[in-house]
Amino acid sequence: MALSGIQIYKMLPQTNCKECGFPTCLAFAMKLAAKQVELSACPYVSEASKQQLAESSAPPVRLITLKAGTEVKAGNEVVIFRHEKTFYNKTGLFIRVKASDPDLAKKVAAADAYKVNYVGMDFSVDGFAVEADGDLAAAVKTIRTVSKRPLILLGKDAAKLDSALSLIAGESALIHAAESSDYEALAEVAKKHKASLVVKADSLDALADLTKAVQAKGVEDMALDLGGKNMSEWLTRSTQVRKLAIKSNLRALGYPVIAFPCDAKDEGVAAAQAIAKYAGFVVLSEFKPELLYPLLVLRENIYTDPQKPIQVQPGIYEINSPKPDSPVLVTTNFSITYFSVANEVEGSGLPAWLVVTDAEGMSVLTAWAAGKFDAERIAKAIKGFDIASKVSKKQVILPGHTAVLSGELEEELPGWDIRVGPREAVDLPAFMKQALN
Amino acid sequence: MPIEIPKDKWTGSVKSITIGATSAEGGTRAKSVTLGGQTSMPYLHYEAPMPNKPVIAIEIKSRKPDDWSSALTEDWGDVMADPAQWAKKAEEAGADLIALSLTLADSPEDAVRVVKSVLAATGLPLLVWGPGQAEKDNDLLVAVSEATKGEKLVLGACEDKNYRTIVATAMANGHLVQARAPMDVNLSKQLNILISDMGLPKDRILMDPTTGALGYGIEYGYSVMERLRLAALQGDAMTQFPMLVTPGFEAWKTKESKVGEGVPEGWGDWKARAINWETLTAIALIESAADIVVLRHPESVKRVKNAIEELMMA
Repeated sequence: MALSGIQIYKMLPQTNCKECGFPTCLAFAMKLAAKQVELSACPYVSEASKQQLAESSAPPVRLITLKAGTEVKAGNEVVIFRHEKTFYNKTGLFIRVKASDPDLAKKVAAADAYKVNYVGMDFSVDGFAVEADGDLAAAVKTIRTVSKRPLILLGKDAAKLDSALSLIAGESALIHAAESSDYEALAEVAKKHKASLVVKADSLDALADLTKAVQAKGVEDMALDLGGKNMSEWLTRSTQVRKLAIKSNLRALGYPVIAFPCDAKDEGVAAAQAIAKYAGFVVLSEFKPELLYPLLVLRENIYTDPQKPIQVQPGIYEINSPKPDSPVLVTTNFSITYFSVANEVEGSGLPAWLVVTDAEGMSVLTAWAAGKFDAERIAKAIKGFDIASKVSKKQVILPGHTAVLSGELEEELPGWDIRVGPREAVDLPAFMKQALN
Repeated sequence: MPIEIPKDKWTGSVKSITIGATSAEGGTRAKSVTLGGQTSMPYLHYEAPMPNKPVIAIEIKSRKPDDWSSALTEDWGDVMADPAQWAKKAEEAGADLIALSLTLADSPEDAVRVVKSVLAATGLPLLVWGPGQAEKDNDLLVAVSEATKGEKLVLGACEDKNYRTIVATAMANGHLVQARAPMDVNLSKQLNILISDMGLPKDRILMDPTTGALGYGIEYGYSVMERLRLAALQGDAMTQFPMLVTPGFEAWKTKESKVGEGVPEGWGDWKARAINWETLTAIALIESAADIVVLRHPESVKRVKNAIEELMMA
């Protein structure tokens, strides 16, 4: 039975020591009630309270951390739909490699070095899934010469796993996968090396039985391989697992899910579904930037907090070293809007002053509809940032979607010439070349 | 141990609508396409069977577009100069519907001629879009609507600042309308109310909640669609319409799809990336309850079609 924040608060030390990272015990209690933190963050809670709280404070989807030189977390999720709150721990994207591959070091090094930038953020692959089709220990050794990222070990031979894991003591790896026939030996290895263990079964009933059996062997950190012969079956199971964990509070299935789009008919499509629909880990067949990049972007988009759109700082942005006679463009501070506009202008090679207004992180159309991008706000930005002191030509170019604002803006900005630009950023270079010269 | 699977029980359902009319139904289409009717969130067949699968429309233009990426134009080739040939090739590529967009250069006579040529070239139901300027949209769509009475076309797009004329002509000539609002649950509802208030039957409205491509705001479109569909299932009548989105249009205007040169190396092979961009945008939207996805590249069509087939397996 879940406890309320107030009920939990009564069991805490109530000293507001802040060591948990929250300003007060009440704030921490509220987070515990929302299942967004773990009780272990409080160093002073009594043993009695600890026991009482253990059940109610455990997050519905257990947090699993894979750790080497870098870290990947999965689980701790609290909602079915992202708009209800947010999705927290971004799906870890792993590249599958084979222990037997003579080019192993080269392939891992190439994927490990991968870095791509999206709206100011650097993305990379999260780790590697090593297939034990050869000398696993030797493969792990090789990988560790070129990459420090966490590993998933794909194999069932307990002795092989044991020797491979001995080489990376101190790391938290993930073993795939224990089934009802062999879970005992694998649970043993996982326990010995403090690894997480994937359990695999072809029905949720069997899966729940298996997690309990593995837990009885002393392994707490698990992930679920749902099997599923097609996208529909996988989606059904993944949705059911998420709902059972969150709505029915079923501990036996309260673990992150691992998906293997690498085995699907269309890897990209299956991976997209897995990212949108609750997978904590995704294993891809090989390192292909043309698929990896869109998947990394999709993951970022799905896991963006709907309450906090990615924003850029309002202000004047100088593109291609503008001069006093360069045009003044206006847009909002929603990061994607900003980057669309800035990228296009930058790509055109034409200099411009880009005035970014504070539209509370909304795109032009949304901000306009919500009254966050109106003549008054635009005028305030133009005046506030004192763009007039930088330019010789008092002319402002409005986004085409907000052409209706031009009359009002003329009143707000006497002496300025208000021009209407294109609706889409893509058309800016052509507009700047033709209409402005 | 048998687990009891929780099932959401919804009171509402999505309206079932039919696009296109066969000769028996007063039109000339080889077959019509029926959408909607859902009583659960997408593809959760264990909660309720999904009566109709989502479908794919391929977008074609009345005139050869001069701003489409070469990654598209190379694959469609010469047919792009002739909408009728293009439509035929789109049908062969696996389209369930053709979405024909008219341009500013078209006169009402041009528009009627092109629409008729496309209707003659393919047996698929048709969506016809104006170029997006209120006055021009009205001129072209009224002419098309009158010249194709009874075909059950979808006319679009109706927006809050311009819907009356399009709704009126759809009503008079037995067509449907596409109601487009900018990624906002309440604006979508409001437009649906305005359109319904004019007397257009509810089974002739398609919602277009608008979307962004991958990396360009898809998360907004994604969540707005989930929220609209949840509202529909909870019984909110003004959200109970099938949803159309345009991942093809959105994806192909991004730099990631459009261009192959002067982009970061980390973006990978251009052509494969471009098609992934469109396909993954479409898949995410299909997962969040789209009933029609309008696509541009034949390879994306193939991939999304296969995905729909798998998702429809009960």
